[in-house]
Amino acid sequence: MPKAKYASLPYILWSLVFVVAPLALVVVFALTTPDGGFTIANVTKVAEYTPVFLRSLWLAVLATAACLLAGYPLAFIMSRQGGISQRTLVMLIMLPMWMNFLLRTYSWMTLLENNGIINSLLGFFGLGPFRMINTQGAVVLGMVYNYLPFMILPLYSIMTKIDGRVIEAAQDLGANSFQVFLRVVLPLSVPGITTGITMVFVPAISTFIISRMLGGGANMMIGDLIDAQFLGNAYNPNLGAAISLVLMIFVLLIMSMLNMFEDSEDKEGLIL
Amino acid sequence: MKTLFAVLTALAMALTLSAPAFADTPSEGGYDLAYYEQYKGQGLSVNVYNWGEYISNGDDGSLDVNAAFEELTGIKVVYNTFDTNEILYAKLKTGGSSYDVIIPSDYTIARMIEEDMLRPIDFDHVPNFRYIDPQYVNPDYDPQNRFSVPYTWGTVGLIYNTTMVDPGEDMETWDVLWNEKYSKNILMFGNSRDAFAIAFKRMGTSLNVQSQEQLDEATQMLIQQKPLVQAYVMDEIFDKMTGGEAAIAPYYAGDFITMHADNPDLAFAFPREGTNIFTDAMCIPKDAQNPELAELYINFMLEPQVGLANIQYIGYSTPNAAVYDLLDDETKQNPVQYPPKELLDTFEYLTHPDPHLAKAMDDAWTKIVSADQAYSDMLLPAVLAVCVIAIVALAVVRTVKKKRPQG
Repeated sequence: MPKAKYASLPYILWSLVFVVAPLALVVVFALTTPDGGFTIANVTKVAEYTPVFLRSLWLAVLATAACLLAGYPLAFIMSRQGGISQRTLVMLIMLPMWMNFLLRTYSWMTLLENNGIINSLLGFFGLGPFRMINTQGAVVLGMVYNYLPFMILPLYSIMTKIDGRVIEAAQDLGANSFQVFLRVVLPLSVPGITTGITMVFVPAISTFIISRMLGGGANMMIGDLIDAQFLGNAYNPNLGAAISLVLMIFVLLIMSMLNMFEDSEDKEGLIL
Repeated sequence: MKTLFAVLTALAMALTLSAPAFADTPSEGGYDLAYYEQYKGQGLSVNVYNWGEYISNGDDGSLDVNAAFEELTGIKVVYNTFDTNEILYAKLKTGGSSYDVIIPSDYTIARMIEEDMLRPIDFDHVPNFRYIDPQYVNPDYDPQNRFSVPYTWGTVGLIYNTTMVDPGEDMETWDVLWNEKYSKNILMFGNSRDAFAIAFKRMGTSLNVQSQEQLDEATQMLIQQKPLVQAYVMDEIFDKMTGGEAAIAPYYAGDFITMHADNPDLAFAFPREGTNIFTDAMCIPKDAQNPELAELYINFMLEPQVGLANIQYIGYSTPNAAVYDLLDDETKQNPVQYPPKELLDTFEYLTHPDPHLAKAMDDAWTKIVSADQAYSDMLLPAVLAVCVIAIVALAVVRTVKKKRPQG
C-alpha cells in the first residue's frame, strides 16, 4: 500500500500543478477586476453573450447527434469483424488523426468554397454552385469530421466486449434482428454511448478554430469569444475566465445528466 | 538630452535631404566594424520577436539577415515570430518571456507607451536612424520618437476582381462594400478595429473612435452590411481573393503585388474618403535583458543593403530613404506601394483609443458578428436552472426505482 502511494505521487503532483491550480486561477480571474478587487460583474456580463452560448450548444448537440448516428453502426460492424479486417478498420479510423487538425480543417475550406473542389465537380454536371462554406452546416460538418473517431473508438471498445453468444441466445429465443438490437445490443452499449457523447460534445462546444475557418467569422462560438478575450482586440482575461467558468458549469451539468443514464456497474472498460 | 537629440535628428535629416545620392552608403562588407564588433566573442545573444514572414531569410538567394548579423557581430539571434499584435501584447503583458527587440504596429506601440511597457531607445547607439525619411519621424503614435524606429509601412485599400464587378463601377469609395449588387461577394475585415475604421471613414470621420455617437452610427452601418458579407476574415482574404471566391475585399496594399501576380484579374483602389496607413516599428521592451544588443540589431536592420533585402522580401513599403533610393524605378513609381504625396497626406494612422470607447467598440463588434436574434439576458440562467432541476428529478426517479423491489 505505501508503495502504491509513492508511485502515485508524481501524478498527484502533476494534477495539482497543471489541473487544480489552473482551475483555481480561472475561478480567481473570473471573480476579480483587473486591479485584483472582488467582483461578480464578469459573471453577470456573460449573460450578454447568450446568443453565442445557445449557438455553440445547438451546433455541438447537432454534431454529437450526427457523430452518434454515423458512428454507431460502423462501431458495431467493426466489433463483429475478426482479426485482420478489424485491425484495418481501426487503423483507417485513426489515419486522419495522424494529420494536423488545422490542416484537415483547412482542406475542408478548399473543398467547400464557391470555387472549391465540390462545386467545380458539380459544375461539371451543370449543377450548383451551392453555398456551402461560411454556413452553420459547414461548421457542424467540420466538427463531425474532426471528432467522429472520438465517438467510434469508445463505442467500438465496448461493443467488442459484447459476447456473440448473448446475441445468439436472443436469436434462439426467437428475437428478430430489430429486437436483438433494441433489447440486447443497445442496452449493453450504453456506457460506450455516454463516453462517446462526452468525448465529442465537450470539444465540440468549446471549439474555436473550426467555426472561424468554416463559419466565415459570423458564426461565433464560445471558443471564439474566449479567444478574443485573451488573444484578441478585446483583451479582457477576467471576462474570458468568467466565460470559461460558465462554460465549465454547463459541461459539468450536461455530463452529470448523461451519467444518470448509465448504471454504475457497467462502468468497467470505459475509455474515460 | 531630448533637445540635443532633436537637433541631431534635424541635422541628420538635413543631411539626408541634401545628399540624395548617398555617397557614403556602405556597400556589402562596408559596415562600421568598430561599432558592430564591440561585443564579439562574449557569447551573447539577442532575443527578437517579429511577425511571421517578416524578414529576409535567405530563401531564393536573398540575404539571410539574421545569419549576416551573427557573422558580423558574433551575437546569436534568438528569433521568434507572432501572428497578431494582440498576441505580442498579451505575451509581454503577462511577462515570463524576455525579448530585446519587438516589432509591433503603430496602435500597439501607442498602447505600450501609455502603459509604460517600452524602454526609450538611445539613439546615439543607432546612428543609422539618419536614413529614416523625415516624413516617418515623430509619428502620431510616438510623437517625440523616443521609443520606436519604423521598419515598414503600408496602407489598406480595396482589392477587387475586375471580372466580378461591373465595368465602370466607381471603386474608389468604401460605399461599394455596402452595394447590394455584390451581396455575398464581399469580404470584410474580421476584427473590430479594422472593420470600424472602414465604417468611420465611410461616415467621413476619423478612423479612430472618438465618441459614442460616432460608434453607434458605425455599428448600425455594419449591422446593415452584415447580410451582404460573405465572411469576416483577415489573412484568408489573400487566398480567397486570389482564388476568385469574392468580388471585393479591403486588404493591404503590400500584399496586392503578390496577389496580382497570382491572379491578374485583381485590381486595387484607394477609396477617396481616406484610408488607414500603418507602420510596424522596432522597439525595445522595458524588461529587455540586452538593450545595447537590441540597439545594435536595430541599427543593423537600418543598413541600406539589409533594409533593401527585407523590403524586397516583405513587399511592403520602406520608411528608410537610403533603401528607397536603392529600389528599382518600377517599384518607386508604383502608386500602390508608394502613393503620391497628396494622396498619402489624406491617410490616417490608428492610435490607441480611450479605453472605455475601445471596450464599447469591442462589445459592439461581438454583437454585430454574433447576434442574429435578440435573446433575453435571463435565458442563460434559465437554461442552467432547467439543467439543475432535470438532474435532481432524474436522481429522485432513480432512487425511487432502486427502492422498489426488483422483479
